Amino acid sequence: MAGAPSTSGAKTALILTAKRFASSLLTLFLVSLTIFVIAQLLPGDAAQEALGQSATPQQVAALRHEMGLDQPAPVRYVNWLTGMLSGDPGQSLVANMPVADVISTRLPNSLLLAALTALVAVPAALAIGIGSAMNRGGRIDRALNIATLSMVAVPEFLVATLAVLIFSVKLRWLPSIALASQDMDWSDYLRGVAMPVLSLSIVVIAQMARMTRAAVIDQMDRPYVEMALLKGVAPVRIVMKHIMPNAIAPIVNAMALSLSYLLGGAVIVETIFNYPGLASLMVNAVTSRDMPLLQACAMIFCAAYLILMLIADVTAILANPRLRAQ
Amino acid sequence: MTAMAHVEVNNLTVTARNAAGETFPIVSGIDFALKRGEVLALIGESGSGKTTIALTLLGHARPGATIAAGSIRVGDADLRALDAKGLAHLRGNRIAYIAQSAAAAFNPSRTIMDQVVEPALVHGLMSRATAEAKAVELFGALALPFPDTIGARYPHQLSGGQLQRLMAAMALITDPELVILDEPTTALDVTTQIEVLRAFKAVVLERGATAIYVSHDLAVVAQMADQIVVLNQGRIREAGAAAQILHSPADDYTRTLMAAARPAIRPTPRQADLPAAPLLEIRGVTAGYGRIGKDGQPRVPVLRDINLTIERGATLGVIGESGSGKSTIARLVAGLLPPASGQVLLDGEPLPPGLAGRSREQFRRVQLVFQNADTALNPAHSVGRILERPLAFYHGLTGNAAHMRVLELMDLIRLPRNLIDRNVGGLSGGQKQRVNLARALAADPQLILCDEVTSALDTVVGAAILDLMAELRRELGIATMFISHDISTVRAICDDILVLYSGTMVETGPRAAFQTSPFHPYTDLLIGSVPEMRAGWLEESHAGRAPPPVGAASDHPDLCRFLPRCAVRVDGLCNITPPPRHPLAKGSRILCHHGDEGLIPS
Repeated sequence: MAGAPSTSGAKTALILTAKRFASSLLTLFLVSLTIFVIAQLLPGDAAQEALGQSATPQQVAALRHEMGLDQPAPVRYVNWLTGMLSGDPGQSLVANMPVADVISTRLPNSLLLAALTALVAVPAALAIGIGSAMNRGGRIDRALNIATLSMVAVPEFLVATLAVLIFSVKLRWLPSIALASQDMDWSDYLRGVAMPVLSLSIVVIAQMARMTRAAVIDQMDRPYVEMALLKGVAPVRIVMKHIMPNAIAPIVNAMALSLSYLLGGAVIVETIFNYPGLASLMVNAVTSRDMPLLQACAMIFCAAYLILMLIADVTAILANPRLRAQ
Repeated sequence: MTAMAHVEVNNLTVTARNAAGETFPIVSGIDFALKRGEVLALIGESGSGKTTIALTLLGHARPGATIAAGSIRVGDADLRALDAKGLAHLRGNRIAYIAQSAAAAFNPSRTIMDQVVEPALVHGLMSRATAEAKAVELFGALALPFPDTIGARYPHQLSGGQLQRLMAAMALITDPELVILDEPTTALDVTTQIEVLRAFKAVVLERGATAIYVSHDLAVVAQMADQIVVLNQGRIREAGAAAQILHSPADDYTRTLMAAARPAIRPTPRQADLPAAPLLEIRGVTAGYGRIGKDGQPRVPVLRDINLTIERGATLGVIGESGSGKSTIARLVAGLLPPASGQVLLDGEPLPPGLAGRSREQFRRVQLVFQNADTALNPAHSVGRILERPLAFYHGLTGNAAHMRVLELMDLIRLPRNLIDRNVGGLSGGQKQRVNLARALAADPQLILCDEVTSALDTVVGAAILDLMAELRRELGIATMFISHDISTVRAICDDILVLYSGTMVETGPRAAFQTSPFHPYTDLLIGSVPEMRAGWLEESHAGRAPPPVGAASDHPDLCRFLPRCAVRVDGLCNITPPPRHPLAKGSRILCHHGDEGLIPS
């Protein structure tokens, strides 16, 4: 009989979720506009980049016409947006192949790296955060506090470089370049991505663990926790059954923010380990003025961010009985 | 006696550590013993250590405190000899705890049933099905509505009084031998308190459990306790049988407590030559929250058809339960909530409805004193800074002139001048409330709106604040709207009284009319629910008994709102026709079908 949500409660939660979804779509649309405008503001264009300094103005103009760059900006925006909606983000101006194809070689790599990192980082962060909250003020808490603070403070290129120095150069355990190709088997792949995952994890674990600790401690001084203690409930059960349902919403929110960094923010790690991911592709697109590719990458990052935020919001709605059950 | 004592505490000392790292005792030298089935009350003001002592009987000290010395024995268990695991085995099993605020002590994210059966489950005493069946039986015994389904609800869906009784069910699910009740009715309205006390007495005490009842209210304790221990600043002032403490207290402090519980009458002479217009007049005001609909009613109406006047220097008491709309009247006059219809007049001139249209002069003349000085005053500001701000804002006083005025205000509120540079965060509750009052007085107002200004304070401290307010009224001639849930206080200090029920005025009149019956049935319930300081009152009181049955109510919007709880409702009249407003012989006006003869005589 416990926890049977009434239909009106389920309806409220559904309406709230639908509202969040609609506002995500609106955000995505506004972002597309912003991205397009900013892309137009970048100096130089793909035709100029492709032909180099010695090209004559006639040659550049001809190429611009061929690439469709001489059309007015609003027309190009509408073309691009309708293309995106129908699943065709256009033609890469530099690689001379559809943007969709360029991205499809890179996106799985990025997603896999992010997923592996999340798989390592989320449980580790939860364990560290909850562990230090339960030992608040004790030795374990202080040690973990110093550890997470230094993890946040150390820049990831330093972590990555040190990792290469130790595991590749000194110990020769892991390859220093993370190649990802179709014909690799899983163990090779995992060995390859171990160091990128490690470098990315360190930063996000520290952030998420600190947020988890804060969220759990915020609940620990509430009277209901003392009440549970005085009912004879064991500490671990108090945290899992009493505190977590109330702390989960802020924790998931903090985690969504940290994890959204794993796609776009991975550019440094991708560069150091020469990992063929989406972030480095986007940086290349900027330098070569490949606007369709740049815009498509930006939209993917933004969409990923919005999806994570949506998950966080829905979790918060479901965790709150005021919204779940009327 | 010691040989057969069920619970025995000897020479108990609990210490805490202050910011400087020094250890100091918060309670010391506590001894008491009680026999199986007895109820012992721990009485004292905040800071007396009563909750600290009660928690030691569960082997618990709050973070920062330590049980430093003494022995605590419950049955055959020596609580000081047990480790964390041993204590956890006793808690919620042989010794149960009922917390002060059930609304905060229930986990907001879990169902009531999950939490009520948890003690039985974590101690492995019964299966979930058995525990749930027992819980439902307890819900019924505690007179909770819908005992079969109430467990599926979440805490936010239930009222404070219901949660307090559900907490009793949670404590009793394991049939404990000792129950600790920590101020279980303090957060409730008197009318709810009487119901909860009856339920506790019927269920907790009659199951033969030994109980420790923590309270600051001697009259409540008189209904429950066999023994009373009076505490002050961590030490026992007086201990003995309940009858002895209540009828012939030996200690001065006990007498002070008892005196403060009966508010002294503090009348003020009315000013002789009153101008034609009253200082404040509210005419036909309807107000609430949300958008105003086509019928002129806000979406969530709070106040309906409010009419009142306050003369210069007079005090109007506004009384009602939580949710009756008392604070909304203050917000309305202060301009924080514009009325949906009707008018507020100050000195005969209409006040602009919201904050936007009011002049600085109009703001100055009406000052609001908030209920909770802890949150109304910035704890990081010094007393001087808080008082100088309104002086500069309303009177343009700065520098030395402002400083002189602040010193005058400090004298006026009887605070030592050397507190001026102290941060508010470091003051006691009573001192904060005085600063809160002085902040309003700094504007030199004609009317102050006092919203439950003594509710958060101990009785003795609250009584001192009431004395101060009476003095200020005599000296400065400021009119007061005194909003309170405590009818004894209102009857003692106010010139006129307005009883509010669910946003409607049910009875209004001068103080004298509230000294003798008959009353409006709701006023009668309010007065009858205030515990008297004698054993047996709870059993004799007719307040809060089940009302006579009536048929279904008609859907007339102006039907009596008190109908569902009224003890003298009349089938075919009260549930069909809206009540008229008419005068009683003693001088008050009531909103009721009954005249002088149909109401309850006392």
